[in-house]
Amino acid sequence: MRVSVDPDRCVSAGQCVMLAPDVFDQDEDGIVTLLQEEPPAELHAVVRQTASLCPVRLIQITE
Amino acid sequence: MTQDNLATELPNFPMTRTCPFSPPEQYAKLRESEPLSQAVLKVTGKPAWLVTTHEHVKTVLGDSRVSSNLKLPGYPHQFHIPEEMLREVRLMLLSMDPPEHTAQRRYLIPEFTARRMRALRPRIQEIVDARIDAMLAAGGPVDLVSALSLAVPSLVICELLGVPYEDHPQFEEWSALMMNHDISPEEYGAAVVGLDMYLDKLITAKETEPGDDLISRFIEKNREEPIADHTDIVTMARLMLVGGHETTANMISLGVLGLLEHPEQLDAIKADPDLLPGAVEELLRFFSISDSGTARVALADIEIDGTVIKAGEGILPLNNSANHDESVFPDADTLDIRREEARSHLAFGYGIHQCIGQNLARIELEIVYGTLFRRIPGLKLAVPMSELKFKDEALVYGVHELPVTW
Repeated sequence: MRVSVDPDRCVSAGQCVMLAPDVFDQDEDGIVTLLQEEPPAELHAVVRQTASLCPVRLIQITE
Repeated sequence: MTQDNLATELPNFPMTRTCPFSPPEQYAKLRESEPLSQAVLKVTGKPAWLVTTHEHVKTVLGDSRVSSNLKLPGYPHQFHIPEEMLREVRLMLLSMDPPEHTAQRRYLIPEFTARRMRALRPRIQEIVDARIDAMLAAGGPVDLVSALSLAVPSLVICELLGVPYEDHPQFEEWSALMMNHDISPEEYGAAVVGLDMYLDKLITAKETEPGDDLISRFIEKNREEPIADHTDIVTMARLMLVGGHETTANMISLGVLGLLEHPEQLDAIKADPDLLPGAVEELLRFFSISDSGTARVALADIEIDGTVIKAGEGILPLNNSANHDESVFPDADTLDIRREEARSHLAFGYGIHQCIGQNLARIELEIVYGTLFRRIPGLKLAVPMSELKFKDEALVYGVHELPVTW
């Protein structure tokens, strides 16, 4: 799994950081940053969930 | 369709609940037969589109061709707002479109990061413990709404904003009035003016003597790169203050009631506090207290599944309906704190306006439910459920009083 984000569209709902803190973080301005582009298998389900919950659909996953 | 025959052809909105725990029965029929349908707003007599399925609510709220600007003709107002007042009203974050919305939201979001929310936990825990100490000292029965539900979010948002909590009786009253569908335009206007005059004084003071709080930091950023004038800052502060306590307060009361009415699920939480975060999501989904809080108006003709919403028409995406959509939440009218898909609810809205305070709300609810039932395991209703009065007339659903004892 490969994850990418589009920080320009981030509205800082923060659900990705709350659910998958090992994969997503927020910078000082509250904007999403990616900690791991290729998260390990045990995080795949939760990363998929963050992508579906993001209110502006800025988390892209390629499997 | 002409204005004259609207009333006879179209159903009214809001629709009435038959059970305090369930959405109006018509929602299920609309999802089934006509997921995008028109209704007449009781308050203004004007038509608006109701959006009732989970998928369609997400589609509409994620579409950049819809506007939140309440000054546009066709916007589905749920209050009587006189024309002259509407002309003068300042748009707040909730009613702004990009790029103004983006600029203001970017000034506020550093205040609500996951890191900041985690750092608030110990202070929220202290606030909750102090309120429960006071409840235990007073002895039951107490009204949970005033003893806990309103006090906790009100204290938290006051500290965050830098608003003196000792003034809370007055701004809680203004806030409750602003959430009520049924008040006169004069009463609504008076509540807004009253709160704005209060905040105007407070913000003027912070402009010369800043504190360590959200409003002061907003003023500071705005001085460096101006996006708002003094009145805009007053409006921003009003939204934060009202939005920060009315919603969470109602969720605390309803959540406690929901758990008391489902004792086997409450027992499970008492035995395993790890179930709490999931229970919070399910309670948010189940009650969906801000059903029509995401009103929009179409900026262009928008076709959704063969139905065309025309430019200038009002739209009400109903999250209480979306959150009871059986295709996403099987057996949706049943409260199930172990429901895996609960977090897909749209109780905080969707799209660029999704609630900025959602993670603060989650933490407050988790701490309140967890602490209350741990410290007072014998908590129970002090009156029969049938005697409770629910806020059917309000923009944010809730219960007026919740007498409890132990």
